[in-house]
Amino acid sequence: MDAISLLTIFILSIFVGIEVVSKVSAILHTPLMSGANAIHGVVLVGAILVTGKATDNVQLYLGLVAIVLAAINMVGGFVVTDRMLEMFKPKKAEKEEVSK
Amino acid sequence: MTPTWVRVAELLAAVLFILALKGLSSPKTARRGNLLGAAGAAIATAVAFFYGQKFYGGPVQHLPEILIAIAIGSIIGWVAARRVQMTQMPQMVALFNGVGGGAAAVISVIEFLSVHSESAAILTATIFTVVVGSVSFTGSLLTFAKLQELMTSRPVVIPLGRFITIGVAVATVVTAVALILNPTNSLLWLLLGLSLVLGILLVLPVGGADVPIVISLLNAFTGLSVAASGYVLNNVLLIVAGTLVGASGTLLTRMMAQAMGRPLTNTLFGAFKKRVASSAVSSEDRPVKSASPQDVAIMLAYARKVIIVPGYGLAVAQAQNTIRELVELLVAKGIEVDYAIHPVAGRMPGHMNVLLAEANVPYEQLKEMDEINPEFPGTDVALVVGANDVVNPAARDDKSAPIYGMPILNVDQAQQVVFLKRSMRPGFAGIENEVLFDPKTSLLFGDAKDSLTKVVGALKSL
Repeated sequence: MDAISLLTIFILSIFVGIEVVSKVSAILHTPLMSGANAIHGVVLVGAILVTGKATDNVQLYLGLVAIVLAAINMVGGFVVTDRMLEMFKPKKAEKEEVSK
Repeated sequence: MTPTWVRVAELLAAVLFILALKGLSSPKTARRGNLLGAAGAAIATAVAFFYGQKFYGGPVQHLPEILIAIAIGSIIGWVAARRVQMTQMPQMVALFNGVGGGAAAVISVIEFLSVHSESAAILTATIFTVVVGSVSFTGSLLTFAKLQELMTSRPVVIPLGRFITIGVAVATVVTAVALILNPTNSLLWLLLGLSLVLGILLVLPVGGADVPIVISLLNAFTGLSVAASGYVLNNVLLIVAGTLVGASGTLLTRMMAQAMGRPLTNTLFGAFKKRVASSAVSSEDRPVKSASPQDVAIMLAYARKVIIVPGYGLAVAQAQNTIRELVELLVAKGIEVDYAIHPVAGRMPGHMNVLLAEANVPYEQLKEMDEINPEFPGTDVALVVGANDVVNPAARDDKSAPIYGMPILNVDQAQQVVFLKRSMRPGFAGIENEVLFDPKTSLLFGDAKDSLTKVVGALKSL
């Protein structure tokens, strides 16, 4: 894709990124950070692409390192975010029970 | 070319990422949002193997090794995320963020070694990814070490540190420019080394309480480096996902800094500046009343109503179980006890709720700020455990204070105030707390857990 198209996508993505989180409540700052952290774990795709066309061993080994790191980022990120949000939910339920 | 269906799948993944961030912004949809993000990531990963013969130069090479590497990484990430304790969440996020930045940097190194692109734009993006990804990598590992207490969580100021940091930063930029003009491998390794050192130097002077904000900032950095790696690889999905995280992460970092009443520049460079005391008299010269654990125990034992104000010090000292034990003792004596939870106490939104929930503190004892504030005038003892700025009346009364306008817990209206503090060092906002010098205030110095254990012991022997 040509440079201008990529630049267009880049600029528009900035606005979308700012817009979607602009109304976040303070209590969700930490899980949101964690969820966003997991999303950039998609760098795993890049790691797979470069490793899949590696032509020598240096590239291959570096690529495999990148894949391991990126997979930790992606999988760990989503799981840890889910655990955080899990803590929010039962507590609300408890509160409702108490108020009943 | 990449098959159309692969690109459609990637578009779907990009949309799922946007919906994920949107969902994570609201309590009701947060968990579903996270799952949507995970679905997007899974789709994107799966279709990465179908970019076609032209891209990979035949079928995907090294397929078994790639799948094994994915499995290893996934298992490490899964186990780490499942095993981590709730109190250690921030450093876990830091670690995951760091390895993501590291992955982006490594990808760009490989592209540099294999493609030898002549395009200045591609080279610039490659170098940007290497620098920012490496800074994020070592910076995040250092924040992990600080929060995990593998090293001191206090700001580390090395002599002439500011000039060393500036020097390394300038050297990094010069090397980066040289690399664009003259792309050689040796310059790349030099740049990589400088960037890794720079990440450490940037995070070293950041203090314990500010570390979560830095994690958020490094998270945005990693997002940007992923976006740049997308440009290097001519991959739209990486650009979109990386930019989304970069942009939302930057905004989030600013919001977190604001919620804590501290501009971002102070977070990063505060340790370099001299703290300006809000009063003319420095804290060492002013009299404070210090108390022994026995004094505190007696004060508490003869109170009718006690309010506990937990803060970052409680989390750092891991004193949540000890405080619960203390409160149980007091309740058994027929004393009315509540916890006052400030929304940003502990500097991680929801930090205190999670911490005390872990220690099995009953939910009904936790009171939100607006609910508890009217009760302070009728309270005999307000026990402040490792909190400072969230109870500083300067936020309410002193218009020149940097934290002016931040809502606080009005402990100064209680009949007596007890602070458990490690030292007279001001909170991270760096301003004196007048309550500390109030005649009705007593201070018990020491680690929150040690102090509380001693108070519990004294209470039992009363």
